Amino acid sequence: MATEKSNEMQGLTGNSAVALAMKQINPDVCPAYPITPSTAIIETFSSYVADGEVDTELITVESEHSAMSASIGAAAAGARVMTATSSQGLALMWEMLYIASGLRLPIVLTNVNRALAAPINIHCDHSDSMGARDSGWVQLYSETVQESYDNVFMAVRIAEKVRLPVMVCLDGFITSHAIENMATISDANVQDFVGEYTPETSLLKDMENPISIGAMTLPDYYMTFKKQQSEAMAEAKDVVEEVSAEFAQKFGREYGLLDSYELEDADVAIVIFNSATGTTKVAVDELRKEGFKVGVLRIRLFRPLPHAEIAAALKGLKAVACLDRADSFNDFGGPLFNEVRSSIYDLEDRPKVISRIYGLGGRDYKVEDAKSVFEELLKVVETGTVEEMTKYITI
Amino acid sequence: MTDKNNEELPEGGVIHEGGNADSYETGGWRKLRPVLDNEKCTNCLICWVMCPDSAIIVEDGKMVGFDMEHCKGCGICDTECPPKIKAIKMVSEEEAD
Repeated sequence: MATEKSNEMQGLTGNSAVALAMKQINPDVCPAYPITPSTAIIETFSSYVADGEVDTELITVESEHSAMSASIGAAAAGARVMTATSSQGLALMWEMLYIASGLRLPIVLTNVNRALAAPINIHCDHSDSMGARDSGWVQLYSETVQESYDNVFMAVRIAEKVRLPVMVCLDGFITSHAIENMATISDANVQDFVGEYTPETSLLKDMENPISIGAMTLPDYYMTFKKQQSEAMAEAKDVVEEVSAEFAQKFGREYGLLDSYELEDADVAIVIFNSATGTTKVAVDELRKEGFKVGVLRIRLFRPLPHAEIAAALKGLKAVACLDRADSFNDFGGPLFNEVRSSIYDLEDRPKVISRIYGLGGRDYKVEDAKSVFEELLKVVETGTVEEMTKYITI
Repeated sequence: MTDKNNEELPEGGVIHEGGNADSYETGGWRKLRPVLDNEKCTNCLICWVMCPDSAIIVEDGKMVGFDMEHCKGCGICDTECPPKIKAIKMVSEEEAD
């Protein structure tokens, strides 16, 4: 069994790292329609196809709806399928996202997070993937270029094990276009890790015994299939842990369902996704030097929601701020806030929770912004009252 | 698939056989029923070509009747039957029974 802990270092952008990961996986089919800021993934990958470095059938379609439709067709035929998109592209795929998950097809999609129009904007926020959070896709969020690259390999294994599609999310421009010094894995070790894809059922597997996919189901059957899907999603949590543990053992980089930073003795914490975690960690380090007990909890797996783990991680804290880079437009905080707050409801001595919406449409989130949230939290602890439960910050 | 609450149903609603639409009866909500007059029919088979549900039964090149498990009573066969022949008539289900 190959192990590779001293990997080769390379300076890569998030997009080129994901394209490299796709090249190393060498999927059977990649239907794609490039969109900013994920364009370079498909641009780079199409060069690999043109140069004969992969065997992938690249299907250049006329829209993202078609990209996901072709992905579904190819996956139903038994192919290992990967694609990438962002923002409006993911929104246009929306109808087909549910079909991919309902048909239990293990498609892997990299979503480079970008704001949704209107007003039109090309920069980072999480409104695109948050809109798809109930579409039955497993969602992994990546803090760095390194993690984006690593998550793509793990996504393939997770998808094929639970037979659900997996979305790997990374921050548009911040992660997709920034060059980071990161470790790559050799082609042989990637192939060893992802293995060969041999689906139990597929349209092309046995031409003598054809099957039907996508048949109508009425009230007598539909709900049973949805229950199966719900159970598969619950199982996905364990599979993400197993696959991440195997990855850590083989390649030396550890990823949990959550990423806790300075939480053990913390009084207050910020819960957050993706690249803004690093900024928040800097604020934690600076405030810790001044004697404040602050920490960060990053959510890596959002679908399925590791609710018990979130409750365990936040147990004993006095106040928590959930930072959403998307709004639910419900006048009651962002999606992360609502789900984290619900996760800790059964804790006997639960922390107070506030919602702060930040960084929409690529608005900068700086160390000072994180610090001001921590200051608000410390004030909540001091006074015992929440003055503003939901609020826009970085504005 | 006999037990409708069977949680062992194939994942994703896959049906492990082809051509299974034939065994799924869809003619239950028909309001009008086509009735064939064998005396008038010339077996031109225009109805067989035009039927959107493949519900015209043909044996040895001859129109022999309708597949009532799949016919929805749309009346296309009646409309398409040549005006000089008019071998198909649509009658209400109540009347037919």
